[in-house]
Amino acid sequence: MIEFAMPALGADMDEGMLNEWLVKPGDTVTRGQIVAVVETTKAAVEIECWHDGVVAELLVPVGQTVAVGTPLAILAEPGEKAETSAKPATTAVAGPAPEAAPVGHRLWVSPVARRTAASLGVDLKTVSGTGPQAAITLHDVEHAAATAHHEAPKAAPPPRQVATEPQSAAERARARGVAMRASIGAAMSRSKREIPHYYLSDEIILDTALAWLSEQNAGQPITERLLPAVLQLKAVALATQRFGEFNGFWRDDHFEPAPGTHVGVAISLRGGGLVAPAIHDVAEKQLPELMADLTDLVGRARAGSLRSSEMSDPTITVTNLGDKGVDSVFGVIYPQQVAIIGFGKPAQRVVVVDGGIRVATTVHSSLAADHRASDGARGALFLAEINRLLQQPHEL
Amino acid sequence: MGTSAEIRAGVVAELLAIAPEVDEADLVDTDLLRDQVDLDSMDWLNFLVRLHKVFEVDIPESQYASLRTIDDLTSYIDQHR
Repeated sequence: MIEFAMPALGADMDEGMLNEWLVKPGDTVTRGQIVAVVETTKAAVEIECWHDGVVAELLVPVGQTVAVGTPLAILAEPGEKAETSAKPATTAVAGPAPEAAPVGHRLWVSPVARRTAASLGVDLKTVSGTGPQAAITLHDVEHAAATAHHEAPKAAPPPRQVATEPQSAAERARARGVAMRASIGAAMSRSKREIPHYYLSDEIILDTALAWLSEQNAGQPITERLLPAVLQLKAVALATQRFGEFNGFWRDDHFEPAPGTHVGVAISLRGGGLVAPAIHDVAEKQLPELMADLTDLVGRARAGSLRSSEMSDPTITVTNLGDKGVDSVFGVIYPQQVAIIGFGKPAQRVVVVDGGIRVATTVHSSLAADHRASDGARGALFLAEINRLLQQPHEL
Repeated sequence: MGTSAEIRAGVVAELLAIAPEVDEADLVDTDLLRDQVDLDSMDWLNFLVRLHKVFEVDIPESQYASLRTIDDLTSYIDQHR
């Protein structure tokens, strides 16, 4: 029997409401299949299963809010007879779920709750969890911290009720906007509190890249044309192959390099807020495929529908504010990543090339990186490598 | 779709599909679109792809810079479909 747990959905999302089950007991599921939809502050996230098996039991009813790491369902392994009695599970499968609650003991704690407990000095063993399987949520920790001053921890508050009163679409959108600001605020505060950022910038002459792109696009129907953004994504991904210390995660006081290049793309949402889901294996993909992936990802992000793997596993992020008219952007690193690359607007600027003054189209690139994982000297070479790659667009 | 009024209505419909927050009554056909609607380069491309599909008109990349208002788009489509 395998426990299928709620995967981590990024540093700013520690819980979500189960919106819909797409499987039922007895159904066969395969790795990568979407089995449920969870509503978070940023999107309806399609939860992918990371194991083949047969659904034995669904543990969380629709409408319940669950913390990351909470078991959602019990799966029977292929060939194993599906039992429906909920026995203590031995394995938890949540796919790339770096922040999932630890397996093997009964104390389920969401990551943000664990961090908050640590900073407030709350002993998690004294906290009564109100999440499913008595998982301890942020709310429980804050409640415990508030009451700890004058009394011993008492009985758990009643389980959180899902709001059932009818809301208008405008009210829901407003409530979601407030919740999204809180999520972004929590993640960015954590980033600035914990990550010692350093910042570097470079100016990249784009004439070669843009001329090459125009030539490519001229022979293509509009549906096949590429945007400069895909050149940037590919260049960043390829550069991380030589500068691996910028692609991965800072966890438990050490850097964990990531094997794949899953580039998070910062996408602003109409009506406010942003998400930064990943395009997977960018370094291995051809430009047309990347363009299709980017179009699809932006469309789904803005429609509010993303997949759990996209939310959980970006290994580095790219933010491009060029379309908004700024010269440059210095990003805030998304925990637990260690770097974010920024691009401003391509514009005609005066540059010196080979001792002569020229007008060229340039873009300002920037790197914000975690000083625990790398130093400025390597960061400078990393930015220079991105520049070099963009001078050879035909090799991207 | 025949008349330029119909083309104009189609252009606006596709624009609103990309930018649903826009109030159609606020749009001025002769003002720059970029000053009226928040469109990034991905939105712009998606918008043109939609026009390409609806009106079966080819829009080369070299023309992008001359298509800046609703009027520009309407007359371009009228002349090229």
